[in-house]
Amino acid sequence: MTRERQPGQRRFSPASIGADVVLLAWFLFSLFPLIWLVLLSLKSESEQISTFFEFTPTLSNFATVLSDEGARLTSVNFTEALLTSVLNCVGAVLVSLVIGVPAAYAAGRWQYKGSGDVMFTILSFRFAPELMVIVPLFVIYNQLGLFDTNVGMIWVLQLVTMPLIVWILRSYFQDLPPELEQAALLDGYTRKRAFLMVALPLVRPGIAASALLAFIFAWNNYVFPLILTGSSHTPVTVAVTRFLGGGGQAFYSLTAAAAIIAALPPLLVALSIQRYLVRGLSFGAVKA
Amino acid sequence: MTAPARVRPDPDTGGRRSASGAGPAPVPAWRRGLRPYVLSLPAVLIIVGILYPFLLGAYYAFLNYAAVVPNPVFVGLRNFATVLSDPAFWSSVRTTLVYAVSATALETVLGVGIALLLSRSSLVGRIFERVLILPLMIAPVIAGVLWKLMFNPQFGVLNHVLGLGRTFDWLSESHALMSVVLVDLWIFTPFVAVLVLAGIRSLPREPFEASAVDGASWFYMFRRLMLPMMWPYILVAVIFRFMDSLKIFDHVYVLTAGGPGDATRTLQISAYQNSIINFNYSVGSTYMFLLWAIVFVTARYLVSVLGKAQRRAAGSEG
Repeated sequence: MTRERQPGQRRFSPASIGADVVLLAWFLFSLFPLIWLVLLSLKSESEQISTFFEFTPTLSNFATVLSDEGARLTSVNFTEALLTSVLNCVGAVLVSLVIGVPAAYAAGRWQYKGSGDVMFTILSFRFAPELMVIVPLFVIYNQLGLFDTNVGMIWVLQLVTMPLIVWILRSYFQDLPPELEQAALLDGYTRKRAFLMVALPLVRPGIAASALLAFIFAWNNYVFPLILTGSSHTPVTVAVTRFLGGGGQAFYSLTAAAAIIAALPPLLVALSIQRYLVRGLSFGAVKA
Repeated sequence: MTAPARVRPDPDTGGRRSASGAGPAPVPAWRRGLRPYVLSLPAVLIIVGILYPFLLGAYYAFLNYAAVVPNPVFVGLRNFATVLSDPAFWSSVRTTLVYAVSATALETVLGVGIALLLSRSSLVGRIFERVLILPLMIAPVIAGVLWKLMFNPQFGVLNHVLGLGRTFDWLSESHALMSVVLVDLWIFTPFVAVLVLAGIRSLPREPFEASAVDGASWFYMFRRLMLPMMWPYILVAVIFRFMDSLKIFDHVYVLTAGGPGDATRTLQISAYQNSIINFNYSVGSTYMFLLWAIVFVTARYLVSVLGKAQRRAAGSEG
């Protein structure tokens, strides 16, 4: 990240101070809700609606959310929901990797008949309205017994993880000079070994970044599990909303604690792959 | 966006034209030609597995399928006639378009502005760049939950901080659409900002230095040099944001569930209510079919605009 001053830019000019003030305003807007969420999660039940910034902090909300008490209040076991989310997302990413890496390699290396169609169909999953697929799946899953199962969720999450992994990795494979594999072929490698021993290790950062980004988006998905799971395989995104209550009593500070627990895994993963994020978010269209 | 013609040497032969070299016997040409198909086969199977429910959903739009009609029959275009003559549908279309256009426009302006400000070398910028993407990485539904807590008129912190008392209702019929767009801005402006920032950082320095030497003003440089070169990056962000806002669901659903009244009932929320809550699969699928058509046409248009912009930017750089 080279960042030199642009030509004509001075270090302390009124304009640059003004720019910093505008930036500060944005980040106040951007970060204040998160800070407040943390504050709310630390409030006791009696203080959750009576105080704003002065209160006695407690960690009991986090304990409650993860305990049987939380499960009793919302009829969803949050600890199990965390486990379900982990299983669904890891499963979905692994399936997408096993299937997507060869497809991305094929699309990055060859111009075969129909390759454009395959790639754009995969991309269109990303942009299709989810309910177009979920409503029939809701009917099909009920017939097949896949409703409210991990397998059912891993299957439908391919809509999220596959386009991401295939498109990002295609851009990485395209950047790889084919001469490297050709040199390996001249050295007597088979095509398969040239792929596995030469090409694949070189795109490892791309594989890691796309897999982690796919994990984030699978984790953050809400509409699929909202419709396709019941109470036994609820992931965290749906479980958090249960704390908001329905008409009756709402558990504000418990909701905040649950939201923080659910938001932490994707946030930590995102910060660890920040360098690759732009390329991933744009499906390889912007190579930063 | 047409696929670029192959300019690289054949990846199969690796220049090894004869079997004179050491190593395994060469694979016959017909089998080499099959390689990309074999590699893509699992992905194609997944595509088929997902296209099947998709096509089934499209087919539902031509049936009278609902939970109360377990043995649906083909009714032709009757659902389309019903939906297209229903004021609720058009209200949904209007809500969706207002939402998508205003969210995308505001996010583009704000995102480009933030990217420009962050691209300078400033201490503040360097500190904040690390945390810019935090709202984007939280699940939109959790962002919805968070803002629902903040919007609460009684104990929500927003009215308190802004001095609006305890009566201002952010999610009332007249304010709800504005409020859900505000949450959309909070989540997705960083998306535009990081993409455009990456674009700005990749711009060549020479044209800017040259025009600075020529005494061009900052605004002139921005308009004549930076903007045309940044345009493809901005467009990629706009395409993603606009397509996604057309099918927005998560945070709107948890904030308002489409209400009050039909103030925030976007097309996907309408489809959800019809299909999943009222169990009228055919009407819901008709909504989705029409939304899909809108998304498809818009995507085709925006992608062609992007192609033109990319060619122009390449020309202005080269």
